[in-house]
Amino acid sequence: MATAPLLTATATGDVLELRPGGSWIAANGATLERLSDAVAPQLDRSGTVKLDMAEVRELDTLGAWLLEKMSRRATSAGHRADVVGVSDHYAGLIEEVRQVNRRTPAPIPARNPIVAKISDIGRSTIGASEDVTAFLQMLGSLCIAILGVLHQPRSLRLTSLIYQFYRVCWQAIPIVVLITFLIGAIIAQQGIFHFRKFGADSYVVDMVGILVLRELGVLIVAIMVAGRSGSAYTAELGSMKMREEIDALSTMGLDPIEVLMLPRIIALICALPILTFIGSMAALYGGGLVAWFYGGMEPAIFIARLHEAVSVTHFEVGIIKAPFMALVIGIVACSEGLRVKGSAESLGKQTTTSVVKSIFLVIVLDGLFAVFFASIGM
Amino acid sequence: MQEAAEQFAIRVRDLVVGFRRHVVINHLELDVRRGEILGLVGASGGGKSVLMRTIIGLIPRQQGEIEVIGAPIGANHDRTTRSAAGRWGILFQQGALFSSLTVRQNIQFPLRENLALSDALMDEIATAKLEMVGLKPEDGDKFPSELSGGMTKRVALARALALDPAIVFLDEPTSGLDPIAAGDFDALIKTLQKTLGLTVFMVTHDLASLNTVCDRVAALADGKIVAIGPIRELLQSEHRWVRAYFHGKRSLMLQPKAS
Repeated sequence: MATAPLLTATATGDVLELRPGGSWIAANGATLERLSDAVAPQLDRSGTVKLDMAEVRELDTLGAWLLEKMSRRATSAGHRADVVGVSDHYAGLIEEVRQVNRRTPAPIPARNPIVAKISDIGRSTIGASEDVTAFLQMLGSLCIAILGVLHQPRSLRLTSLIYQFYRVCWQAIPIVVLITFLIGAIIAQQGIFHFRKFGADSYVVDMVGILVLRELGVLIVAIMVAGRSGSAYTAELGSMKMREEIDALSTMGLDPIEVLMLPRIIALICALPILTFIGSMAALYGGGLVAWFYGGMEPAIFIARLHEAVSVTHFEVGIIKAPFMALVIGIVACSEGLRVKGSAESLGKQTTTSVVKSIFLVIVLDGLFAVFFASIGM
Repeated sequence: MQEAAEQFAIRVRDLVVGFRRHVVINHLELDVRRGEILGLVGASGGGKSVLMRTIIGLIPRQQGEIEVIGAPIGANHDRTTRSAAGRWGILFQQGALFSSLTVRQNIQFPLRENLALSDALMDEIATAKLEMVGLKPEDGDKFPSELSGGMTKRVALARALALDPAIVFLDEPTSGLDPIAAGDFDALIKTLQKTLGLTVFMVTHDLASLNTVCDRVAALADGKIVAIGPIRELLQSEHRWVRAYFHGKRSLMLQPKAS
């Protein structure tokens, strides 16, 4: 049915006669474009252009537009263009195509690149201060929601809270245990390997114990929770925002902060210390195993040394940080979720921002705590 | 047989579609003629969208044959379905525009994937399609989230028509539009169908569009086509569900004026 498209051009004196033939349809688009580009220079030169469409078998918008473009090109060069032999079947289409593309949209004025760069810097500065405002705003509304719940304890969504806790705590245990176990093992192995050079390999217990309980346990767990649960919060709230579910909640007189965010953030605040505790134990266990099999230190000796090296203070320092980190992760995840706009792309962007920002803030917070604990001598 | 294939755009024979034990389409037969606008009506949840999605290969069928312009459609979403995709355009109920692309890029997407054209020509074609569906060239730079409901439908139609397909499937094209916009959209479908020689398969509940633009109407009930023909014939139909549909309180405007 579909035949190869043709375009024969015969110039007789001042008259250029174009005879398109075959299938001028989108499926042959590339060939058609080549054919019509080939005759373009001739269109500018010759006086009158006659377009004989009698042999066109099939025609669609693309073909009709290419033919129309040829006759427009001739007309704009100041020549006459006649279109003849149009079958009734395609007359409507040709007429329709004649109307389109008459007006080119006003081009968007190009910006000076230097000005554009400066304005981008300005915008991102303002954006950063907006981030701080959004964070504080979310913290404030969260406090108000908590006060509301304290005033009226029945308004706390207990079912939702327990479900969220199940998701962020219980379901996270296997992966948290696995990762922290490996981290503990790796630290112990590195410690033994390097300390052995100056005969201090028994000090590996001090290193593993203090490092894991004070810093690494809570930090690794917080980063994992930010990646695992923070991103889920952002994506959930973001898609609820996209589908107007959050607007629906507010119109029913409910506070989205209280209904959606408070249970999520409280669940996170409860979950992170528990996960940190489990993670730290797993890391110590991993360290102990490596010390036994790789360093030849009996478990009883490991435990005895650990008892000497580590005090409850180290453990407290680690575990105190956990709820604060959970608060930061929760607030960032929720406020980024609420910033999602209509498109799928924006959902992806805010989820990425949420994870990157919460990991960054968790590490900054850890640094601030280190300064604080050092100054109070803990 | 050859003649029959020429005459019909879509032929459905003995089609059965179901989900687990629940049978939605039960031994259905349907012929859609070339160049006609066929409206499909049926109860909500009665399988209209399922039928449409089965014809375009999105839902696997249990039994039966489907031919679109003489070519059989595979039972699953396979290579034959994909090669047929150039021959049809689909307007989804919510538009299903790609939200990360501009309107112009959305319309160019099928062109870009299927043809090797220069960017300039693709821009011109996209603008031409935009103007054909009654939008301004400036609208091409907007993102789908910035469009109103009516504009979204128009852009989705422009995208469905990007490759000048022989058949267009419309899933509730006028739902969610005000009567004026819906009327305009009906007129647009009619005009485009005439100029481009389209076959239109339209799932709709809009009685006004059934009355004004559809050449024939098919009624789907109990998983079968229980009546098919011009709207005046359906108004005479004796089938219980069809009577209830066209003679309910909301359908009074379709009845011939008592004089």
